[in-house]
Amino acid sequence: MDDLLSEFLTETNENLSVLDVELVRLEQNPNNPELLSNIFRLVHTIKGTCGFLGLPRLEKVAHASENVLGKFRDGELTINPEAVSLILQALDTIKSLLAVLEATEAEPPGDDLPLIERLNLCAEGKLGGPSPAAAAAAPPPPPTAPAVAASDDRPATLDELEALWNSIPGPNDPPAAAPAVPASTAVATRAPEPAEEPAPSQDLVVPDAEPAAAKVPAPVAPMAGGSAGGNAGGADAGAEAATKESAVAAQTIRVNVDLLENLMTMVSELVLTRNQLLQILRSQKESEFAAPLQRLNHVTSELQEGVMKTRMQPIGNAWAKLPRLVRDLAHELNKKIDLQMLGADTELDRQVLELIKDPLTHMVRNSADHGLEIPAERLKSGKSETGRITLNAYHEGGHIIIEIQDDGKGLAIDRIKQKAIQNGMASEIELASMTDQQIIQFIMKPGFSTAAKVTNVSGRGVGMDVVKTNIEKIGGTIEIKSAQGKGSTFVIKIPLTLAIVSALIVECAGERFAIPQISVVELVRAAADSEHTIERLKGTPVLRLRNRLLPLVSLQQLLRLDDSEDAKKPADETFIVVTQVGTYTFGIMVDRVFDTEEIVVKPVAPILRHIEMFSGNTILGDGSVIMILDPNGIASATGEMAMGEAAGKETTAVQTQRQEDKMALLLFRAGEGAPKAVPLSLVARLEDVDLATVEMSNGLPVVQYRGKLMPLVPIDPNFSLANEGRQPVLVFADGDRSMGLIVDEIVDIVEEKLNVQLAAERPGLMGSAIIAGKATEVIDAGFFLTQAYKDWFGSSAQEGFEEEKLQRVLLVDDSPFFRNLLTPLLSVAGYDVTAVENAGDALALCEAGEDFDVIVSDIEMPGMSGFDFAEAVRHGSRWQGVPMVALSSHASARDLDRGRIAGFNDYVAKFDRDALLFALQQTLTDQKGAA
Amino acid sequence: MSNAKLPSTVRKSKGDDIVVSGNQDYVTMTIADQMFGIPVLQVQDVLGHQRITRIPLAPPEVAGSLNLRGRIVTAIDVRLRLGLTGRPKDKPGMSIVVDLRGELYSLMVDSVGEVLSLTKEDFERNPATLDPRWREVSTGIYRLNGQLMVVLDVPRLLNFTTIETA
Repeated sequence: MDDLLSEFLTETNENLSVLDVELVRLEQNPNNPELLSNIFRLVHTIKGTCGFLGLPRLEKVAHASENVLGKFRDGELTINPEAVSLILQALDTIKSLLAVLEATEAEPPGDDLPLIERLNLCAEGKLGGPSPAAAAAAPPPPPTAPAVAASDDRPATLDELEALWNSIPGPNDPPAAAPAVPASTAVATRAPEPAEEPAPSQDLVVPDAEPAAAKVPAPVAPMAGGSAGGNAGGADAGAEAATKESAVAAQTIRVNVDLLENLMTMVSELVLTRNQLLQILRSQKESEFAAPLQRLNHVTSELQEGVMKTRMQPIGNAWAKLPRLVRDLAHELNKKIDLQMLGADTELDRQVLELIKDPLTHMVRNSADHGLEIPAERLKSGKSETGRITLNAYHEGGHIIIEIQDDGKGLAIDRIKQKAIQNGMASEIELASMTDQQIIQFIMKPGFSTAAKVTNVSGRGVGMDVVKTNIEKIGGTIEIKSAQGKGSTFVIKIPLTLAIVSALIVECAGERFAIPQISVVELVRAAADSEHTIERLKGTPVLRLRNRLLPLVSLQQLLRLDDSEDAKKPADETFIVVTQVGTYTFGIMVDRVFDTEEIVVKPVAPILRHIEMFSGNTILGDGSVIMILDPNGIASATGEMAMGEAAGKETTAVQTQRQEDKMALLLFRAGEGAPKAVPLSLVARLEDVDLATVEMSNGLPVVQYRGKLMPLVPIDPNFSLANEGRQPVLVFADGDRSMGLIVDEIVDIVEEKLNVQLAAERPGLMGSAIIAGKATEVIDAGFFLTQAYKDWFGSSAQEGFEEEKLQRVLLVDDSPFFRNLLTPLLSVAGYDVTAVENAGDALALCEAGEDFDVIVSDIEMPGMSGFDFAEAVRHGSRWQGVPMVALSSHASARDLDRGRIAGFNDYVAKFDRDALLFALQQTLTDQKGAA
Repeated sequence: MSNAKLPSTVRKSKGDDIVVSGNQDYVTMTIADQMFGIPVLQVQDVLGHQRITRIPLAPPEVAGSLNLRGRIVTAIDVRLRLGLTGRPKDKPGMSIVVDLRGELYSLMVDSVGEVLSLTKEDFERNPATLDPRWREVSTGIYRLNGQLMVVLDVPRLLNFTTIETA
């Protein structure tokens, strides 16, 4: 590309981004002549260069915009949002033309007549804004007349002025420069008016606003006189401003980025060499090199600092586009948004800057779109109409912190929950146990968007996850805080520079490695004599750290380092580098820990790139080469174990798999052996029986309980009751009958996944399972019920359903445990239960001519799922009229719908005993009614 | 300005594809009593024994990395690359540093000899019966007085993807 052209493109693009910002500022401070003349100058420059380079199409657009701006400057036109929008539109056109120019090195054919026409109309004062009619001002009318005329003839203007007034920060601003133009004296008459109005309490949008307000008297005067012909004052001010600007411009030069990159590399080398020299010097007692080396040291340090600075850019560069973006959004969404940018001069490495630009833009857009409410809603909730987005950047301990804060409605936790369930990211049970903070984390997951509808602005399902990935790519972190109704804050923490990082030097099997400091949380020394010791679970090392189990990774094993003979490994002493990657925390076991060192990250040789454990290598001060470990690589290399741990420890992580059947279990001790458990849903009450009240009846101990006799059944048949004291009892009840199961001690209620191994060598025992980390016997409640009343199941049915024959229930469930659990449960409730373990068997029963009144089926089954089973039954089988109830651990709205479509009449959560019984009753009644 | 490059990025691009014509200068070296040669223009440095940092999980031929005046150089054990046994520990050995696409590699050999200027007449293609592993990394053989010199092709020597198949 032509050097001249590329120079032009760079410069014009820069100018355009400045213009975006300045125009938005102008809209808010219409009477800032400095601002206006700067804008005018920039557009003029663009126009001039276009003409010089022979780019007529660009020139025409720029010229038309300049015309409008000229009218603004000369005070012939009022600055109003329409006009500003029009000019912004013209700038956009110029930008798109430039893009084509950059790609093809030629202007695209065609013209922009409609736009130019509108610009011209605007310049003539026929569009959007009113025509201030400079001519009318020439013969100065009586002082009050124009003000009256203005309000009579152009009510729109006054409204606009009010609007402008509202958007002007500071109570001291006059309404606008505009009314001053048609009649200078009108200002005086109107001046008190703004004072009467309560000044909207708004913070400054841009730092310049305050000085502008202070300067108000000055610009108004020349402008007022301007119509009478003496515009010299304004012009002078403009010229002065211009010279000030260009003086600044002359002090900077353009340097190719490659050159700077090279310079940076060279300086890095120099720093390393200097470090080596210093190391050598330290080993020599007296050397004539000492003094010059000391000087070299200083010079190098300063050079390094200087070169680092050349790479630094104020973060404001990344923000330059935001005011315009927010303004456009505000118009589009009919919101009032005030964007505050604090610490725009905070500097960071340009490489980092480039990488955070897009995430930042995205987040501001999110805040404006999702975060802030519409004005009416804001007023309703007692906030000011104008929503505020604050960007704040500052340094903190070698990092840059960027906060993006809005005072909107905050993140909608309920919506996030709903969405998480819908997307299958978590079940309701899991969500119930999560804190709001953990739930918020879901918005960082891929494919997650809570925007109810896809707007032009956001809600396309790509978003926060990309933001998070980008930020993590540069070694940063992102944190979300949100308060319902008060707004949300995103805090981004990123390293200052990528070129030089602080790293912890560790040793393992005689080799040294560097671990980037940013991912190191803490160091723990584990030794036989210290409070921390490494424990092993089937060979896997773990560490107890503040009541949490930290998974450990042995660097030696991971890198397959053999014990080198010269490694003097201190016996039984290991250091653990606690490392955090995302939300996953793990420990890296190393032999020794040295100090931290500033290192220059260099990429590894291409033939070693495939080793994901290393993110690079570097040369230490002593001249040795050292590999830099990549915590991300280590985390992913430790594989599924890592993911599982993450999910278990931090509920914030995505639960890739839905939790399996969890149920509430009552743990207790009774008799010999392991602790025992019984599903809590079967237990009606827990009672403490005074043994003195126990009587014997028919050879069985009984107590008077709620006006009836309740038999007490021991788990161990040889158990004999003491005569006094108290005894805990589990009460099982059905109808008006109840039974007490004598236990020694009630331990706990836990929610666990039950995986029962059926090994019921003893009656009354369903099997054993691991509960709360211990082998536990799960008792068969049904067995003990029949112990108390031999006719428990049968009799209740006869009592409850005397007038009709037993309702037949077909129970389809693959889990033997649930069949065993539900069969007594349903029998107790008076149903005749037939249980089969899969859909195939059930359909075979259908073939065989069996009839049932209702079918209860599990959903998750191997082979044919519940849904498929229901469809099979509904489509043409003999049972198509039989009501069906689905039984599942996931009873979310989506599952419900799916179940209904498949042909289930009702859907019940698996562990909800009452709901199941109710559903059965309901379904059967409906059926009867229908029949 | 944009075309300005600092010295460090100037590459000896011509060395990579040397044409065998006229007299050629070779740096000679010995590995397991066999003489090898590398075109002299591809050689950056000749080093004595160096301290080398091992690189875990790297291919076995990669001995490690070392610091050459502030640049990180990957050390390749040419013996292992040629399918020979590793050098006994008591023999220090020497290294020849070569540049491949801007990256430096140090080829670890037993000893480095003189630079020879050889004529095309003495050059021959690899005998078809040569060990495939050697044939892979060699461009041909020079007949010298009393011995043969194998010309090593640096890009192919450093192309590790072929190792598994060789």
